[in-house]
Amino acid sequence: MSGEDVDEITKIVVIDSESVLPSDAAMKIYESDVDITIKETCFGTMVTGPRDSVEKVVAEVRALDPNHVFVKQRGFPPGDERRCRASRGGGPRPGFHYLRTEVASLPIISRALDEYETYNPSEKEESPDKISPSKLKDIIESEL
Amino acid sequence: MAKIFIYPTNSLILSDLVERFGHKPLAMMEKIREKITTVGIDSPPINITPEDPKLGLKYAAVEVPAGVRGRMSIVGPLIDEAEAAIIVLDSASAFGCMGCARTNELTKFLARQKDIPRLEVKYPRTEEEGKDFVYQIAEFLNSLPNEEDEE
Repeated sequence: MSGEDVDEITKIVVIDSESVLPSDAAMKIYESDVDITIKETCFGTMVTGPRDSVEKVVAEVRALDPNHVFVKQRGFPPGDERRCRASRGGGPRPGFHYLRTEVASLPIISRALDEYETYNPSEKEESPDKISPSKLKDIIESEL
Repeated sequence: MAKIFIYPTNSLILSDLVERFGHKPLAMMEKIREKITTVGIDSPPINITPEDPKLGLKYAAVEVPAGVRGRMSIVGPLIDEAEAAIIVLDSASAFGCMGCARTNELTKFLARQKDIPRLEVKYPRTEEEGKDFVYQIAEFLNSLPNEEDEE
């Protein structure tokens, strides 16, 4: 980190698209002429740099496929010794499990964003509630 | 642009949706960034200053476990700053960084106590629920004042 007061941020860009690959996003970022650092990951890209530059680049990447590119800020920069698994002896970094769980439900969110304009809440189908343990027990016993 | 408190506080989906619909998410990540980039913290990765437990005492009593108070010293100011809140219930992933159940309860309690517009939705499990989830959040965010910052 430089000694100057630079407002540096890191953003995680997660790609859940059929038309844009994480490598496409990375190429788009490499093409930009701003002073940032990027790291490609299995789910997308991490972008670090001055706030304005990062936000500009992230907006460009998001524009590739707006409803299928998701962005959030990250506290730690990529490769930070306190989080990077290279210096922690392997294993997923703290926070990875949460991200992975959310990434698994991104297809649902992407599709919902695609259909947001045409969605009519009055046609909403009621989802079945979770089954109660006692009912589940009855079902199990009835099949025995 | 309203400041929206999100729960789970580190959610990618919520943080993205809030930003997408033109508001500012108040998320844990920004606070963590401030913490780890503040010059003067002596012993990373502990990142706790003597001020933090005192700050946590504003939200949780002294007999509450230190972990809750430590977490509340980060989450509490976010709730104080919030102009609206989105709470997602039934999150299967309330573990890891979000793994303290008591902090989670206290966080939701404080957000509910505050007199601000609030939306509570369940985490979507199916595509149909996903559509409703996004619709509700989008409508809630669109209903909030969205004027540009006056500063």
